[in-house]
This record gives sequence, structure tokens and C-alpha cells, in this order.
Amino acid sequence: MEAASTQPNKCCCRKPQAATADYAGPCQPVSDPAVWSLPWVVGRIPTPVGDVPIVSTTLTWRDRLGAWKVRWAIGRMSFRVPPGLYAVGSPDENSPILATANYKLSFDQLRSQLAGRNAWVLVLDTKGVNVWCAAAKGTFSTDELVRRTQATGLAKIVSHDVLIAPQLGAVGVSAGEARTRSGFRVLFGPVRATDVPQFLDDGFKSPSMHLVRFALKDRVTLVPVELVQWARKASVASAALAILASFGREGCSWEGFVSSGLPSGLLMLFAVLSAVLFGATLLPWLPGRAFSCKGAWLGACIAVAFVAAVAWGSVGRFTPLEIAGWCIAFPVIASYVLMDFTGVTPYTSVSGVRWEVRRALPLQIAGIAVAAILWLLGRFVA
Amino acid sequence: MNGFQYISGVVSLTVDEAKCVGCRMCVNVCPQGVFVIENRKAKIHRRDDCMECGACAKNCLTSAITVQCGIGCARALIRSVVFGTEPTCDCSGDSAA
Repeated sequence: MEAASTQPNKCCCRKPQAATADYAGPCQPVSDPAVWSLPWVVGRIPTPVGDVPIVSTTLTWRDRLGAWKVRWAIGRMSFRVPPGLYAVGSPDENSPILATANYKLSFDQLRSQLAGRNAWVLVLDTKGVNVWCAAAKGTFSTDELVRRTQATGLAKIVSHDVLIAPQLGAVGVSAGEARTRSGFRVLFGPVRATDVPQFLDDGFKSPSMHLVRFALKDRVTLVPVELVQWARKASVASAALAILASFGREGCSWEGFVSSGLPSGLLMLFAVLSAVLFGATLLPWLPGRAFSCKGAWLGACIAVAFVAAVAWGSVGRFTPLEIAGWCIAFPVIASYVLMDFTGVTPYTSVSGVRWEVRRALPLQIAGIAVAAILWLLGRFVA
Repeated sequence: MNGFQYISGVVSLTVDEAKCVGCRMCVNVCPQGVFVIENRKAKIHRRDDCMECGACAKNCLTSAITVQCGIGCARALIRSVVFGTEPTCDCSGDSAA
């Protein structure tokens, strides 16, 4: 697929792609035939190079269900829109052109902001990935932008040369190079689709439209997908621990599983998932700059809660050494989970991550080893 | 970004003032408000806010900006060390690509 994307554009002569591959780019006529049967395509508009599909600016329950599913990591990589040119309203040669990614969530956010307007929407082939990530991966790129403007015959449809791209696409698109190669002047618009109407009205990007945000709402949005992905991993570790903890000095037994295996496995799952949930929501308020440090503090709080719960006798019976082992394991697990969170936050630098991983990872490995030894001693020796 | 500061003093961003023509492109594309223009030259105003995404360097008309850009993701870094490959964003469990 990567190879296909770097080939020069041959449009109609392009060989049909494998069944699993993306939709082929639009040819003459402008759109892929599959486009016409899509539920959000509500009409067609004739242009000098063929009919262009008109899309609805209203999101239906189906679009919202799709968005909800990807937030829970269901079919995330196949939530796509065929790349190509689309129309909103009844655009003409003077209407603005807005570029976006072919992740349907990105596309839906953009079109839902364009109600009552006339515009062209150029969807780049980003393999179903959002603008920013695709720009970093190199699919929302100068190459793809140039190729897509040519494949759609955009220059024959409009009489101007301005193409508005989302600002975060600037990571992958060089406006200067795009202009030389495609003839279009790339104007980097607002970061968020919700600011697009204001931007179109004023023709001006206010300072707040430049900056990424990571408000509580944005962080909470990340929680479901992170929970699902971590639950998948943690369930393996939890199951392994549950089996191990079912062994007592007299061997493995059902009683051992119920009294010790199951609580241990659940504790592991709890350690990971609580770190994800509280880590994401409380991120800016946790002490320290390094995420591993924030996580360690969070884990310490979880450990305190655990000790309190044990003291109340509500989470089963543990030996003191076992409890000590857990009290080390909680901060280490949360530290690791939060450090991993650097990949989904919009403000971590690669230099910073390198700095942090180099220092934190050895400590985390040592910590988990100590926790494991204490736990084993607590279970089998003491 | 307001309320969010990552590790300080590690960022690799540089601006060559001699090359800078003050076109404001860096100010326009930076998602963290790192740059300001002073006396028609780009200045690094909030260095520690830089997340090394590389948008500024990519769009600098005169190649005055350099930055070691990459993905600030611990998982990608750890994987690249373990498997001896380049760090990538491809970590989605259900990735079809």
C-alpha cells in the first residue's frame, strides 16, 4: 500500500488494487462509482471534469454510532471515506476548497461544520488516519496533496488557487513545495473543524485557532479507546497472575483460585485500568513533568487506597509481604501506563520522551522485579 | 500549551536568524505558540512548549529552522530499541493497514 501511494499518479490507468486495499482515487468522471451509494452522499453536481458527489452536512444516527464505535476501538482502522473530491451545498468556481483526511471521523467533523455553505472538500488518502497522525506518518503529505489535486482535476473546477488545509497538516505538507508542484496556494486554516465557519467568514485565523488544546473533555474522549486497548493487554497479565496466585504451598486448588488467584488477577486489572482512567483525567494535576513521575504518584494513591481496603477487610486476605509487593507494583504499573500515554497527548516531544524513558524504564524494571520477589516471598515462604 | 509542560531544556529546535526572513510561516503552523516575530525575525518564545512535530521546519521558506522531529511516544521508542527498527506510530491493536 505504501508503494502504491508513492507511485506517480496514473489515475484511470492505475491497476485495480488488492481487495484489502483502499478505495482507488477518483478518476474521470471525478468519483469512484462506489461513492454514489454511500448514505451521506445526497446528490451530484456537474463540473467540467464530471459529476462530483454532494455530501450531507447533517450527521445521522449512523454517523454518530460509527463515531461512538471508533471511540471504543471497534473497527477503528476501517472507518474511512473514499478519497477524492466532494461538494457541500452547490459550490461553483469561486467556492473555497477544504482539504481533510479520509478518516471518517475527521471528514464528518468537517462536513457537519459546513451547513448552509457552498464549498469543495478534498479528501486525501491517509489510510483512514486522522490529519495530525497522518501528517506525522507521511500520508497527509505534499505528495498526496499534489497527486489528489491533479487526480480530481481541481484546477479545471475552480478559478482560484487557494486550498485550505487543516493547520495540523503542516507537519506533512510544505506549502511552498505544494504551490510549485500543484499550482495551489496552501493556506493553513484552524486546528479544529469547529473554527472553520468563523475562519471562512473572517478569512482570518484568530490566535486561539492556532493552538492545540487538551482540555478535560478531550482527555475523557481518549479514555474508552485507551481502556479497551489496555484491557486487552492487561487481561493476559491478569490471567497469568491469577493462575500463579492459585498455587499455594499445597499446590493449585479451586479454593486457592477463589481466595487468592481471582483477587490477585483482578488487582492487576484494577491497577492498569485505574491508572488509565485517573491518569488521563487527572494528567495536568498530577505532580511532575515526566509522565512516569505523574504515574508513580497516581500509583502511590492507588496503593494507599488498596492498603485501606485491605485494612477494612474488603479485598481478601494478604500477607504483609504480599501487601508490600503490591504497594510497589501499583506505582510501577501506573508509571509505565502513564509513560505510554506520551503517545496520545498533543504536547510531548521526542527528545523529552527519550530523556524520560532512559531514566524511568530501568527504575520500572527494577521496581517490578522487587515487587515480584516480595510477592513470591509473601506467598510461598513467609 | 496552557497548564501542560513537558520535560524542560531538552528540545532540539533552532532558528538561524541570519536566514530568517520573517515570513511568519512558523508562527502560523506551530500548534504550541512557540514562536513570536520580533524585529522581523522569528524568535523562540516558549522553547519548552515545543513538541518537535516539525511543522515549522517543513514550512520554513528559507530552511532557517531545524528540529529533530519525531513522535513523542514512549511505546514507539521502546519498540524501536527492542526490535531495532525506526520508531513508528503503528501501534493500534486493530490496525488493518
